[in-house]
Amino acid sequence: MKTDIILAGVGGQGILSIATIIGEAATKAGLNLKQAEVHGMSQRGGDVQSNLRLSNETIYSDLIPRGKADLIIAMEPMEALRYVQYLSPNGVIVTSSKPFVNIPNYPDETELFKELDSQNKVVRLDIEEMAKEIKAPKSANVILLGMAAPFLDILSAEELRSAVGRVFSSKGEAIVEANYKAFDFGYENANK
Amino acid sequence: MLGDEAIALGALHAGLSGVYAYPGTPSTEITEFIQNATGYGKETYIIGGHELKANGKIHSRWCSNEKTAMEAALGMSYAGKRALVCMKHVGMNVCADAFVNSAITGVNGGLVVLAADDPSMHSSQNEQDSRFYAKFAMIPIFEPSNQQEAYNMMEDAFNLSESLKLPVLMRVVTRLAHSRANVEIKEKANDENKLNPDNGRHWVLLPAIARKNYLSLIEKQKDMINASLSSKYNKLETTKQNAKLGIIACGIGYNYVMESNAEDVEILKISQYPLPEQKIKDFAAKCEKILVVEDGQPVVEEAVHGILGAEYSILGRLNGNLPRTGELNPDSVAIAINAAITGEEPKEYPTATSPINVVGRPPALCQGCGHRDVYTALKEIVEEYKDARVFGDIGCYTLGALPPFQAINSCVDMGASITMAKGAADAGVWPAISVIGDSTFTHSGMTGLLDAVNDKSNITVIISDNLTTAMTGGQDSQGTYRFEQICLGLGVEPEHLHVVVPLPKNMDEIKQILRDEINYKGVSVIIPRRECIQTHARKLRQAKK
Repeated sequence: MKTDIILAGVGGQGILSIATIIGEAATKAGLNLKQAEVHGMSQRGGDVQSNLRLSNETIYSDLIPRGKADLIIAMEPMEALRYVQYLSPNGVIVTSSKPFVNIPNYPDETELFKELDSQNKVVRLDIEEMAKEIKAPKSANVILLGMAAPFLDILSAEELRSAVGRVFSSKGEAIVEANYKAFDFGYENANK
Repeated sequence: MLGDEAIALGALHAGLSGVYAYPGTPSTEITEFIQNATGYGKETYIIGGHELKANGKIHSRWCSNEKTAMEAALGMSYAGKRALVCMKHVGMNVCADAFVNSAITGVNGGLVVLAADDPSMHSSQNEQDSRFYAKFAMIPIFEPSNQQEAYNMMEDAFNLSESLKLPVLMRVVTRLAHSRANVEIKEKANDENKLNPDNGRHWVLLPAIARKNYLSLIEKQKDMINASLSSKYNKLETTKQNAKLGIIACGIGYNYVMESNAEDVEILKISQYPLPEQKIKDFAAKCEKILVVEDGQPVVEEAVHGILGAEYSILGRLNGNLPRTGELNPDSVAIAINAAITGEEPKEYPTATSPINVVGRPPALCQGCGHRDVYTALKEIVEEYKDARVFGDIGCYTLGALPPFQAINSCVDMGASITMAKGAADAGVWPAISVIGDSTFTHSGMTGLLDAVNDKSNITVIISDNLTTAMTGGQDSQGTYRFEQICLGLGVEPEHLHVVVPLPKNMDEIKQILRDEINYKGVSVIIPRRECIQTHARKLRQAKK
């Protein structure tokens, strides 16, 4: 069994933290993992992505072939759409619905969402609003991870949730609790 | 762990005594890992659940440039200890003199040079292949295919270096350096070598001695080839006996070949050089044609043409079976293998076209960055002086070439802003303005400034000082708080050296200084100085903890 995930967003939005949590859960579960990251020039307000591959067999390529990704997890809707050619026909997109507009030619939002919603299966929510709602403004990315959990077949929601706890454990009880809450909130809302 | 981290840990466990490097994507994290693991007076460090002995004496401070790094590492090797030099591929150009000659002197303690190539130019100005340098210097190369191999090879590379008494190149690419995978590690690190400075005359490269050394280097070539022939990293894999297609898969190219699940092929994995020629001949004799899959330039493909001759059918980047430029990926390799099996033209390679309603999101200077204020001032000044040309350099401020600033006319290599401005000024361009960062200035800008001072060239140099090497993530910059003394020492006149604070409120002052110094017929240096907002924010966060 294997799961191929593309994480996408804009530099600074916290996609690598999502990768760290999934990676922690995968390592604990004894899975093989490969995760290609982007460092350097592309981080400064530009688009960033990471290829995350999990499997109980040997993983060769660090990059996911086109049309083979099971899941796109994106902190930004246009960034989600950027990688659709990598998504498998049965693939799922889990994304923030809030555009991050730092360029003058950002596409028309109605058209953007029309294109996004025409994909196989899309779960999109305003995770930043949700984070404010539960008073965990810095945990929007963990809400997104919670939303993605039902579609991440190779790991159970409980395995991911406990990885959230381990990754944030050094930051104190309050932050761990806030992130558990964020994860649960995302998970509950993804199913609706 | 990250490929870079696996390399660093492999070196530490092999008994490393020092790493010497200048930051450069995608190699930076190797040195940072060693700094974090061994610095700050720690007695032990824990990696992957193992507690290991740290050695606070291991050298890991950043160097001014790749040449000083290479030479210092050679000195450590001379003293009998194991040393590692790390750089991005273009750093090989900077250290080439020391690198090539270290093969002529030979080494004492193990010396490994790590070059991280960047095919597809994710964060670079070209995609040169460092394997050419090792061939040129006539030394062995290790090219790992994955993170585990990178870790394991580091010890083998040090051992081979000491047994051949030659430096060894380890070549990786972005997709290995910046990709994470599980890595199994040793429980105990090797001890460091004892101090044992060499005494031999072969370190003195006078022509009479160098000629002898060169002959001995040529003698060693057959030992190097034997090492490649028996290397566990160069192995044959068969999915079908007597397949018509043989694939020579180098470095991470091997991963894409395996990912394709191709049946009816035989695979020769190459991860140690010089090429094991006899193995390639034997391999070719069993197959009808060969596809060479290598990331970077067609180094092996060209060599295989030489080994097998014009009659043999060899496919790869040169004949268009694989794209001529850019990094390999599982899609391009799968298409190439399929085309090679069927004998048809490869079907069109997928290009990086964006889906509908997606536009590019280029990187930009951070909001609040001091370079922004420098370019705001510069853009207005350049509008006043219509013939002005601005020569840029390598760093975050290269982003000044993009909208909204579009404020620089060139960017070539580390330090070229000053020397190109000088040459253009010599030819009659006025105003000729150079924009260079603080770390790039101490890397390769100082000597150019000396030339300009000696010639009294009519240039205006802006050293945009943010107190760090920002582009690669905020490493220490080697001249911090000493730029005025450095410039004065090189002969810049005190009345034409200015320090300003790049903030919007100082805009009028900065513009007036720029005008005055452009009008001065000689070398002027203006240093806008304000800390990088990223390193500043990081320090505030750390202080809070």
